[in-house]
Amino acid sequence: MNSVVCVKQVPDTESVIKIKPDGSGIITDDLKFVMNPYDEYGVEEALKLKEKFGGSATILCMGPSRVVETIRTGLAMGVDKAVQLDDPAFEGGDAFATAKALAEALKGLEYDVIFCGKQAVDDDLSQVGQILAELLGLPHVSLIQKLQVADDKKSAVVDRQVEGGIEVLKVLLPAVLTTQKGLNEPRYASLPGIMKAKKKPLDVKDLAALGLNADSVGCNGSKTMITKYTAPPERAAGKIIEGEGPQETAPKLVQLLREEAKVI
Amino acid sequence: MNFDLTEEQKIIRNTVRDFAEKEIRPIAADLDQKEEFSYEIVGKMADLGIMGMPVPEKYGGGGTDYLSYIIAVEELARVDASSAITMCAHISLGTMPIYYYGTEEQKRKWLPKLTSGQMLASFGLTEPDAGSDAGATKTKAILKNDMWVINGSKCFITNAGTKISGLITITAITGKRKDNRNEIGCILLPNETEGYNIGSSYNKMGWHWSDTRGLSFVDCCVPKENLLGEKGHGFRQMLEILDGGRLSVGAMGLGGAQGAYEMALKYAKERFQFGKPLISFQINAFKLSDMLTEIEMARLLLYKAAWLKDNNRPFIREAAMAKLVCSETMGRVVNQALQLHGGYGFMKEYPVERFYRDQKVLDIAEGTSEIQRIVISRTIGC
Ligand SMILES: Cc1cc2nc3c(=O)[nH]c(=O)nc-3n(C[C@H](O)[C@H](O)[C@H](O)COP(=O)(O)OP(=O)(O)OC[C@H]3O[C@@H](n4cnc5c(N)ncnc54)[C@H](O)[C@@H]3O)c2cc1C
Repeated sequence: MNSVVCVKQVPDTESVIKIKPDGSGIITDDLKFVMNPYDEYGVEEALKLKEKFGGSATILCMGPSRVVETIRTGLAMGVDKAVQLDDPAFEGGDAFATAKALAEALKGLEYDVIFCGKQAVDDDLSQVGQILAELLGLPHVSLIQKLQVADDKKSAVVDRQVEGGIEVLKVLLPAVLTTQKGLNEPRYASLPGIMKAKKKPLDVKDLAALGLNADSVGCNGSKTMITKYTAPPERAAGKIIEGEGPQETAPKLVQLLREEAKVI
Repeated sequence: MNFDLTEEQKIIRNTVRDFAEKEIRPIAADLDQKEEFSYEIVGKMADLGIMGMPVPEKYGGGGTDYLSYIIAVEELARVDASSAITMCAHISLGTMPIYYYGTEEQKRKWLPKLTSGQMLASFGLTEPDAGSDAGATKTKAILKNDMWVINGSKCFITNAGTKISGLITITAITGKRKDNRNEIGCILLPNETEGYNIGSSYNKMGWHWSDTRGLSFVDCCVPKENLLGEKGHGFRQMLEILDGGRLSVGAMGLGGAQGAYEMALKYAKERFQFGKPLISFQINAFKLSDMLTEIEMARLLLYKAAWLKDNNRPFIREAAMAKLVCSETMGRVVNQALQLHGGYGFMKEYPVERFYRDQKVLDIAEGTSEIQRIVISRTIGC
């Protein structure tokens, strides 16, 4: 059973995000980067499959040299090897351009399952997994919370979260599965794992190695363009309703909710 | 000069931080209240593989450099001092003497159990009448029929009395030197040795769930080979062990200061008085700036000292400086951090109260602040 986990490095959710003065992006200098939390579920699931069926787990990650730390973290958790896509041409890509490059890299890898996080917590697009499946001509199931691979490894039964309940699906493998919280508890990288991670193979590929041209990936290959970032408006100060006890204040509140906020 | 941590060091920091946040932070206040040793946390630290970090892999250790270990202690102490001291007393004081001075046989026998965290070890130096003056030990070991017969007592010994404590290295008088002063030896004493009595836990101001015991030895017999290294080298060994240990206690001060600072910053942003957050009063903003500055200074000094050790350079003076600065930095930082919390800081609902209590012992254990100053002053001919 071979799995590939597509992993994105994202700013730590605790970081304070600052927008560049010209609105063209965010300031990344002081940011702490981590593995996208939803991708951690994919890593964990790939490791579980490996433990159960044998085979290998591979990380596929696009990004500049700083992403190596995230890749190594996955290797330290127990993933066997990794492919990093690193080329200035990949930069600034939307979900389509990203999926395009990932799909190309996946053509050179062996897999029964491809995991993607259900979304990356930075741009929250929730698209890469689905586009990837389309480009590779594979079935996909999004938002999975449980995975049971058949003994013959030709199909799997997955639970996915839907409004108000659980949907159980059978899917033929290979497939793209996007992972949701609840699927598993990602393990910590163990210290021996951390020490071994450095010796595990990390294959760095650039545009030429994928055999793509610069127009099909990154900014140039994107179908959507980010024109501007703006910070959310500052929250207006709250209003304190003065008065003697609820008898006096409650009617005032109702009046304001009706007339000013227009919510009731 | 390169201030970048290695990839491994960064991953170790992130992993231990994540572990401490998820596994320790939610139960730290409760453990502090209960004052009971946490086998659960020790078990989890063992699973993480950090209980033998700087020991080579062939003895079951992590095979990391010392700085990585220091970073791990720092990250534990950022959340919970008892977790940090349990790990670092086990490693620096309990395990390293065997790794440094044990025979190959002793290493093969003990280290895998210790580095895996199945068994805890401790180091018994302090006695009721031999604290800062550690050479004044009264515990005696007499060689009879190739066995050391040990009599005496120790006090304030970390990790000595848990259900998984398996051995202690103690200092004892093993004879007279040529100049007629006492010769000191470090001797391995397995817990099951007859006549080895472990007292009940102390009631402490801080480090509440860490295990601290008074011990006594009544005709304890251990084989001659249990004397670590060469006869007559015990005093020097003891000083070397303390040098390494000081770095880890320094890491506890650094991590504790970092944790207290973060609490203070968060609180001061959220707490409003006079219609404004506390940070908008310049005195508080400057307090927080001073805290961060002092923490950065302490970190540079501690990492430099660990770097010296990792590069086999002399580091005695820097270890003393780092221990002194880190502990006292945490003292100042946690004092102001609590001050910023006002009355709420005095309440147990806020973890800064625990940090305040946990700090004091850092000025005392592994050589008091005064002793660190003596160590430093000796290197400049005073
Ligand atoms: C919680 C805890 C855990 C500990 N764990 C261990 C352990 O695992 N193993 C172990 O062996 N020990 C351990 N200790 C003991 C610790 O190392 C000693 O408490 C410490 O070395 C100080 O010794 P003392 O308490 O006897 O104080 P004293 O030496 O009596 O010192 C009292 C005061 O006098 C000052 N003083 C002493 N001599 C001088 C001098 N020459 N010049 C100036 N001032 C001086 C001291 O700085 C201090 O302020 C632990 C202590 C505590 C509190």
